[in-house]
Amino acid sequence: MSAEWPAIHFTVNGEKRTVRVPPMKRLLDVIREDLRLTGTKEGCGEGECGSCSVRMNGELLNSCLVPVLQAEEATIQTVEGLAVNGVPGALQQAFLKYGGAQCGICTPGMLMAATQLLERNPRPSMAEIREGLAGNLCRCTGFVRIFESVVAAAASRAHEQVEKAAHAR
Amino acid sequence: MRGNPEAHELIAPGKLEAVLELLATAPGEWTPIAGGTELMVAHAAGRLGAGRLVSLWGIAELRFIESMPERFVIGAGTTFTDLREHAGLSEDFPLLAKAASWIGAIANQTRATIGGNLVNGSPAADSSPALLVYDAEVELISVRGRRRIPYSEFHTSYKRTVLAADELMFSVHLPRRFARHRQYLRKVGTRRAMAISKVALAATLLLDKGTVTEIRLGAASLAPYPARLYKAEAALLDQAVTEETIQRARGALLAEAKPIDDIRSTAEYRKQVGANLLEEFLLELRTTERT
Repeated sequence: MSAEWPAIHFTVNGEKRTVRVPPMKRLLDVIREDLRLTGTKEGCGEGECGSCSVRMNGELLNSCLVPVLQAEEATIQTVEGLAVNGVPGALQQAFLKYGGAQCGICTPGMLMAATQLLERNPRPSMAEIREGLAGNLCRCTGFVRIFESVVAAAASRAHEQVEKAAHAR
Repeated sequence: MRGNPEAHELIAPGKLEAVLELLATAPGEWTPIAGGTELMVAHAAGRLGAGRLVSLWGIAELRFIESMPERFVIGAGTTFTDLREHAGLSEDFPLLAKAASWIGAIANQTRATIGGNLVNGSPAADSSPALLVYDAEVELISVRGRRRIPYSEFHTSYKRTVLAADELMFSVHLPRRFARHRQYLRKVGTRRAMAISKVALAATLLLDKGTVTEIRLGAASLAPYPARLYKAEAALLDQAVTEETIQRARGALLAEAKPIDDIRSTAEYRKQVGANLLEEFLLELRTTERT
């Protein structure tokens, strides 16, 4: 808003954006306040709970610990970037179907951490799912339904791929 | 009290040389910030003292893992994710890979750097015990040049290091000569995942016909800074690992450990657990020796 701050450029969910904010402003606050993408939540504000998880240049991180200047020229994905043409992605649908979301505060971070995990490891074991989501705290579900949602999403993706391969033949 | 972003200056020169020039021009004026996993926590809580910060994030010259026949060199800006994912490194230095895997969660490991972990100077630093027992050296850089010192001499007191006001940590050197050593690392925290250590102990040890011919012990939180346990080492060197040796080593550790009391634990608890960890390692050694 203030013209005195330098312009910082990045791409968020495929769209090029420019903000003029104090360089030490937390990426989390820029996402919520300046870009008005309020899907990303703040929990602890100190990198312990994972509620503010987003992906930057293909890596998962806590946006509360990133000064926005360090996002210059970065490619960022927030929870709003998971839907395809407004339709929830396979992972989001699995969370809906298997009760992976209750109050919703941890959910965006869980979805981003799970997205990161499935991209690196399309068929994770339960131990790998637990490790992949270890930085994301939930106080409603007891975690089991979240883990089951991720298992289901991985299975449905694998199923889709088999179908695609069958069609290709 | 929330931190006010407008109260802090942050610049990102992008090149190592430019950062070093800046530090040299006004020594002590600028605080380097890499992945922000320490300083941004202080910032959020409104207790970041630094008024002017210079970003090291994205400086390619600081982020590398170089493997040479006789050693590995790790750039100070290398993240713990980089360390975990480097196959060769975890083969030669499994304790460091293990430590990298339990520094916070994935979202912290992608940002936290090995240089930041060391320069921050916490007595509980996760990578420190492993680096101490691998005889790591740290390379420091400024416009005046570079110098290399044993990591065991880097910390001088609580949160104090030998780093000069115009210097940055450039890299960590690890000699590749521990393949035959028995190695140990265990961290004790409030819970297994995500917790900062109450105490951690690492060891590398060489046995020859049942006698200890080389021993290094490195501890987190058994002193106001990460440190070797030279007296406990001396109690083990040239000895067979008998029950008497173990008890003498325990006694030496209890005598030399000078932990602090803080929010995570007490000095007394830390000493006792430190001695128990050492005993666990030595007992494991005896079990595997017999088979």
